[in-house]
Amino acid sequence: MGALGLIIKREYKARVSNRSFIVMTFLSPLIVVGMIMLITYLTQLNQAGKQTIVVVDESGLFYKEFESTEDIDFLDLSPAGIAVAKDQVEDQNYFGLLYIPQNIKNNTSGVRFYGNEAPAIAVLEGIEEQIETKLTNEKLLDRGVDLDLIDESQTTISVSIEDFKGERTSKISSWIKAGAGGGAGYLLMMFIIIYGNMVMRSVIEEKTNRIIEVIISSVKPFKLMMGKIMGTTLAGITQFVIWLLIGGGLLLFLALYLDLNPLENQSAVGNMSVTNMDKIELIVLDILNLPLLKLAFFFLIYFIGGYFLYSSIYAAIGAAVDSETDTQQFMLPIIMPLMLAIYVGFFAVIENPDGSIATAFSMIPLTSPIVMLMRIPFGVPWWQLALSVSILVGSFIFTVWFGSKIYRVGILMYGKKPTCKEILKWIKY
Amino acid sequence: MTDLLVAEHIKKQYGDYTALNDLSIVVPKGSIFGLLGPNGAGKTTLIRIINQITMPDQGKVYLDGEPLSQKHIINIGYMPEERGLYKSMKVGEQVIYLARLKGLSKEEAGKRSRYWFERLGMMDWWNRKIQELSKGQAQKVQFIVTVLHRPKLLIFDEPFSGFDPINASLIKDEILQLREDGATILFSTHRMESVEQMCDHIALMHKSNKVLDGKLVDIKREFRTNTYEIGIETADDTAESRDRLHADLMNELSGYWEINTARFKTINEYDLKLKVKISENQTPNDLLNYLTGKGLINHFVEVIPTVDDIFIQTVNAN
Repeated sequence: MGALGLIIKREYKARVSNRSFIVMTFLSPLIVVGMIMLITYLTQLNQAGKQTIVVVDESGLFYKEFESTEDIDFLDLSPAGIAVAKDQVEDQNYFGLLYIPQNIKNNTSGVRFYGNEAPAIAVLEGIEEQIETKLTNEKLLDRGVDLDLIDESQTTISVSIEDFKGERTSKISSWIKAGAGGGAGYLLMMFIIIYGNMVMRSVIEEKTNRIIEVIISSVKPFKLMMGKIMGTTLAGITQFVIWLLIGGGLLLFLALYLDLNPLENQSAVGNMSVTNMDKIELIVLDILNLPLLKLAFFFLIYFIGGYFLYSSIYAAIGAAVDSETDTQQFMLPIIMPLMLAIYVGFFAVIENPDGSIATAFSMIPLTSPIVMLMRIPFGVPWWQLALSVSILVGSFIFTVWFGSKIYRVGILMYGKKPTCKEILKWIKY
Repeated sequence: MTDLLVAEHIKKQYGDYTALNDLSIVVPKGSIFGLLGPNGAGKTTLIRIINQITMPDQGKVYLDGEPLSQKHIINIGYMPEERGLYKSMKVGEQVIYLARLKGLSKEEAGKRSRYWFERLGMMDWWNRKIQELSKGQAQKVQFIVTVLHRPKLLIFDEPFSGFDPINASLIKDEILQLREDGATILFSTHRMESVEQMCDHIALMHKSNKVLDGKLVDIKREFRTNTYEIGIETADDTAESRDRLHADLMNELSGYWEINTARFKTINEYDLKLKVKISENQTPNDLLNYLTGKGLINHFVEVIPTVDDIFIQTVNAN
């Protein structure tokens, strides 16, 4: 095994046998799943208790329309009249009273809802929709229109978009593409921040332990730096995989056995129509239609390139300072381009994936990994991909060279808080 | 080839600061070479250049006749002044890891580290972490790390700092044994007295320059002052008469030699303590013969200049 292999192995072992690493690896998914459960539970608590809504329908058109659901009971008190019904609502502590006046057909603004609290928007919209439909139908019938004919002639159109090479896209898929690209970009940013920091801490640790001089009398600083970055990356991937397995497993378990599916609860009114089913089918198709192989391939390339680019900067920072508290002044220049990439991604790319801003930022090496990952699902010309990857690789090599220069001088500097100017001077040594 | 390490005209600048100014040293094979000088003289910079941690701006370093290159890393063992090991790594594992970085196989590294751990009575620490060891214990681990790959050249920066006297003498014996076994040793220290007795060659550094180098005995001979410390007990026991006798003797002596009162520790409280400088054509016997009749000579020793003295003299002379 070469020196690089030894360093990677040691670094990996040191990371994964670290107590806080182990705790975080196994606790984080539990915390996340716990949070999801808590939110779900709180949402349910919010909806808990059946709400009873009293209906006083003076027109006599609607009282049969309101069917009680899981969450809402409709109580028809039309014969009793509005005054009695109001008293009853207060006596029984019902949720509210829906009043529909007699001349509703002519005066549509007379519908009132009385209650101490405003009903949920979804509930209100449901009621409105039912009244609208019924009223429209009534009016159509009054004018002698055959409703069956209308139903039969109802048509749904969905334009399918296709580019000149025959790749199909659709309207919803824009969102799915943005989601897939955004997810990949966001994942990369998280990975860079978490594990880049870990590389930095590991460099600082070696520096404060003063073992650095022993090590670099045996191996080149460049090898040590690469070994550190790679070892930490492997540890990071291990952690990520464990998170996915535990988190995914737990969520699946909860969804299947405890019936706590958060998605189902969010669609508050609940009844899923046939068109919804069609939509889901379309979404699944769209996901399958994404250039998955291309996305995965470039995810890997940009992930490795972007991550290495940033972690060599992190390593250089670690080498330049004495302790973690001194790193603050250097953190902003790292976080800024990452944040910028995410914002550009979410605003410029989704708005116009081939626009000049999106294109420019997918070329700049500090933002290209995230922005380009977001653009790829929308289709990016090959020459742009090639250019962006070459720029990334070029600047990655430059940063590692630059970083190892700083590293070489910085690791042997103690007791001085370096300024950016001084660090630039180190390059010349 | 009799010189293991040759450094020629080494120059190193850090910005405007010159850390090494045209410095050359020659370390003969099998010697114990002392690189001496105050803090900031440039010793550590030179050592880092020899270890290829930093590169010289000018000049060349040869190891065993070949220009220094990456492959020589396994021929050098280096114990830096700032000792350091991974705190949370187990001792045995760590020693093997560092030895493998120097190119030893896993089996060989394991075998040799167990040999050294047993030799220094440290076998119990094998599975402990560095942070659980005392500073002196960690130093011993560091020593093993330095010598494990049997380098031709061993470099110790401030070798005895941090060791208690027992362990310091233990390490000293081990270093002498390593020299017997064929290693060449380079010490670097600003506490010159600590290695003076072990070195046979020295180089004195001051403000990025070498001010003096050569065989220690030659240097000392060159700097001898023909001065002798004497302690003589005059034959009287009352305080006044003793003082009178002492004054008489000093008067008498100053007629022949250059004398000074001296302060050194003896167990004879009432000795007259003097430093006497004899002229070049005299021998110590002349002084001794003269003194024999004057009282009981309890102390007679040549004042050999310490490296400290030589250093101060040289720097002042420049």
